[in-house]
Order: sequence, then C-alpha cells, then structure tokens
Amino acid sequence: MNNILVLPMLIPLLTGIILVFIRSNVKLQQLLSIVSIILTATVSVYILERIQREGVLRLDFGGWKPPYGILFVADSFSMLLVLTSSIVTGIILLYAFSTMGKAYKQMFFYPFVFFLITGVNSSFLTGDLFNLFVSFEVMLLSSYALIALGGRKVQLMESIKYVAVNVLSSWFFLLGIAYLYGTVGTLNMAHLSVRIAEVGQSPLLTIISLIFLLVFALKAGLLLYFWLPGSYSVPPTAVAALFGALLTKVGIYAMFRVFTLIFYHEPSITHTLIAVMAVITMIGGSIGAIAYNDIRQIATYNVVISVGFILIGLALSTNVALQGSIYYLVHDIIVKALLFLLVGTMIYLTGKSKIQEMSGLIRNYPVLGWLFFIAMLSLAGIPPLSGFIGKVFIGQGAIESESYLLLGVGFLSSIFVLYSLLRIFLNCFWGETIISEDDDKPLKMGVLIPSVLLGLLTIGLGLGADAISAYVSDATRTLTDPSIYIRAVLNTIE
Amino acid sequence: METLITILAGVLVTIAVYLLLCRNIVRVILGTALLSHAVHLLLMTMGGLKQGGVPLIGEHEAGFTDALPQALILTAIVISFAVTAFLLVLAYRTYKETGSADLLELRGPKNE
Repeated sequence: MNNILVLPMLIPLLTGIILVFIRSNVKLQQLLSIVSIILTATVSVYILERIQREGVLRLDFGGWKPPYGILFVADSFSMLLVLTSSIVTGIILLYAFSTMGKAYKQMFFYPFVFFLITGVNSSFLTGDLFNLFVSFEVMLLSSYALIALGGRKVQLMESIKYVAVNVLSSWFFLLGIAYLYGTVGTLNMAHLSVRIAEVGQSPLLTIISLIFLLVFALKAGLLLYFWLPGSYSVPPTAVAALFGALLTKVGIYAMFRVFTLIFYHEPSITHTLIAVMAVITMIGGSIGAIAYNDIRQIATYNVVISVGFILIGLALSTNVALQGSIYYLVHDIIVKALLFLLVGTMIYLTGKSKIQEMSGLIRNYPVLGWLFFIAMLSLAGIPPLSGFIGKVFIGQGAIESESYLLLGVGFLSSIFVLYSLLRIFLNCFWGETIISEDDDKPLKMGVLIPSVLLGLLTIGLGLGADAISAYVSDATRTLTDPSIYIRAVLNTIE
Repeated sequence: METLITILAGVLVTIAVYLLLCRNIVRVILGTALLSHAVHLLLMTMGGLKQGGVPLIGEHEAGFTDALPQALILTAIVISFAVTAFLLVLAYRTYKETGSADLLELRGPKNE
C-alpha cells in the first residue's frame, strides 16, 4: 500500500549503485542522475499530496508491525524537507555538470552525491531511532568521501578533523541509544514517546535527552560549530553548496523530531538550554561573519547564524514559532545553496577569495551581481523574498511567549547577516573593475542557470508562500500535537 | 556480570580518551576504534546479558534473551569498521601528501 514511501530513499540508492558501474561514461552518468533526481522530487510531491488527504503515512518493512520492526513515517514536515532537498540537489547537480573537472566525474563524484541523498532522505523519513543513526552514518560516510575527493593538501587536513569530530558524535549517539534502550526498552520513536509520557520524564531521561541534544548540536552546528567553517570551505563549490544546504539541516530536523515528539515534557531544562545555545550560536556566527575577509568563510558563518535562528523556533515551541522555523528551514536550504554557488562562481571567475582582492564584478557580470543582491536580501529577510515570512513568524512567536532576548538577538543577527554580505557586495561587485577586457572570462550558461533557478525559487517562495502554507500548517500541527504522529504509527496496537 | 562488563567498558573508554588526546594520528584512530568497542559492550549490557533461552519460535523456554541489542551491535560494528578503514586510508594519504602524522602540524593554515 504505502510502498511508495521507500522510493525517496531507494531511487537515489539504486542510482548511486548504477552510476558506480558506468563511471567512464560521464554523459550517461549525468543523464541518469538528472532523471533520477527529478523522479525523486516527483514522488515526494505525490507523497506530500497523499499526506494531505490521508494523514501521516507509514511503511512497515517486512510487515513487522510497530513497535517491533523498522519503519518509515512520512508527515508533512519530513516530506517538505525531502522535496526541497531533492529540488535543490537537482539544481546543484546542474551546476556540477559544467564546473566539476572530468577527474572528479570519473572518480565517483555522482555516486557519492546520490549516497549522500540516500542518507539525507532516509534520515528525514525514518521512524526508528537506531535507523536514524544508520541513516546518519550513510550520509556522513559519503560526506567524508566527498570532502576528501580531489586529495588536495588542505582538503585532507580538514577532512581528518571533520571525520574525527563526527566519529565522536556518532559515538555519543550510540551511547544515548544504549541508555535509552536500557531505560525504556524501545527505539521506535512513537513508542518511545508513549512510554516516556507514561512513566514521566524523570531526571535520568532528561540527562539522556541532553546526550541527544549534544549529538544533534554537533551535527547541526548549534553552539558546537567549531568544525564547520573549516570543512565547508575546502571542497569544490558544488560539494560545499550541497553541504551548506543539506547537512546541517538534517541535524536540525533530528532535533525538532526528538524534542517535539519524545522529550517534550521538561521544556524548562531542555528547551531553555536550546535557547541559550541558539543565542550563543547566533552571536558567535555573527562575529565570525564580520571578522573574516575570505568570502567562503563569510558564507560558512552565515550557515552558523541561520542554525541558531531556526532553533529559536524549537526553543519557543509555540505553534507560530514552529511554523516560522519550518518556513525558514525550507527557505534556508534554497538560499544557502544559492549563496554557496554564487561565492564559488566569484572565486572561479577571479581566482581570488579575499574581498579586498576583488572589485567591480558587476560591470562584467551584471546577472551574477543582481543574483547576489537577491540572495543577500533574502537571507536578511526583506519582503517579498522567502526569508521574510519565516522571520515574521519566529518573531511573532517570540513576542507571544515574551522572549524578548531571543527576539532581539534573532533580529540583530539578521542585521549582521546583511552587513557581512553587504561587505562582499560593496567590495566585490561595486567599484573599479579589476578584470581587464582581455582576461574577461565568459560566464558559461551552465554556471549561471542553476543560480538563476535558485534565485527564482527564493522569489517564488516569497511571493507564493500561500502555495505551501497548507503543508506547513499541517507539519506544524503534527509537531505541536505528538498524538497525531503516535496514532498514525501505533494504531495497530490499540 | 553486568557490573563487570560495565567496568570493562569504562576501562576501554579511559584508554580510548588517552589515545584520542595523543598527537599522533594513528593513535587517535586506534582511540576511536576502542571507543566504539566500549559503546558496543555498553549497548549489549544495557539490553541485559543472557537472561533466558535463544529467542527462536521453536524453543520451549520460559524466558527469552532480548535479541535486539545484538542486532544493533552487529550493525554498529559494521559501520565502525567501515569508518575506521576509511580513516586509516585518509591518514595514510594525508601522511603521503604532507609528510607528517602529527596533528599539531596538520592544524591547517593560521587565520590571518
């Protein structure tokens, strides 16, 4: 019946495996990968539509009824993220077609991207905590390979740190799973929620929830973002865009899922801690974003700021604030990919990465300049672009629950985002041009079109927010009321 | 028995933390491998060590041992095996490329 739920995970997996065997034929690889990503996106749209009609869907693998087997659960929240990440990955793949070197394409670049998507999509869909761990590992192993692919000295040095940090956080994840299984005796998320609601969230369970907070904070870059700027600025542009758009979002998703479905009984401890971490993250990210002169570093610190901002919504956990976070999450996947692609293109065109070494790019590349302007306004949250609606809802949630500190820091961080990107815009795009007419590299259409598509998406999402508002409010309903999710998963027991 | 295994896991974690704090990259990798062994033992202990018969339908035992932790550990062992193998190759490539296995020298370029 619900077998279609497995497709967002299965299509990328099979594609990845097939691509391994046709590695010498780059054309065929590209054709197959674009077809497969379009298929994934189409399936996601279909599932999203079905959820609106039939409620939360689930698929029990092997026919094992929950809570005994592993299962996939699709609600509007997870499917919105699957859909957005498929679309954005498709566009990043288009960019990769014309920018990645032939050596990369023949050395399994596309298979690794698809294995990464397999991990990302199954993390969004799974309904089992241990399966979430496995999905994380699938995603992380491909990201290890992607970050080291190319084998430049700086890549290898950064990837060692990246791998070491993630091995440690996976260790904490297993530790948390062990404790939780020992305490409650189940790993099915809905079943966990029921059992913890029955016995009450004792201090012991709260400590376990803090272990999970630590794990997901490491993956999402909440407070523990020290590894992020280094490792996101060394790989090739297409990979950096993929990481910046997707990887931290998976950690954020897991945090939302765990702290709205399972550990929601002690908000005075867990959610306050998340709020404190979010505030420090935004402050640290803002300082980083204005401190560096390297445009890649500035872009990675912008990722950090947005992680803090999205988690304000979880810290408040009111209806409006969660709605804002979901809007902002979708927006952020799109516009971070755009930002990374633009920054990568600028570095490709000039061969420089410091802002004082570039100037006057808008004369030679007007479309690129205006796209950067759009990305900047969208990140800062200027209407009618897509960042606006998320910021308004999160702000409204903060006012309703009278958290003026969160409100103040959140909006102050937006000003820092604007300032840091305005520095890039003023220094690199305005002023005297540094590129003489002789070495004016033509901007290939294959480079420009993906950025234009992402720019159109952010404008479209801003103007047409009504189009997804039904899905977002359904997602919020499931997040605020865990019983919807639980009923969908465990109805066989009652 | 549970207490013994828990203490063993604790000893493994202690050694692993010592190795992780070393500057030599190979020791750090050995540290991560030991760390994962420790958590596998913990997973098994948390599920309760042998409490009854084999969990098969044909067996006529009063109680069955919980088979889930073993299944979890098996998966986790495979994953940690893959990650350790990858890390070793990565460390070897890094050593070939930079000529150093000292983490202090691999810190990367200083910022400004």
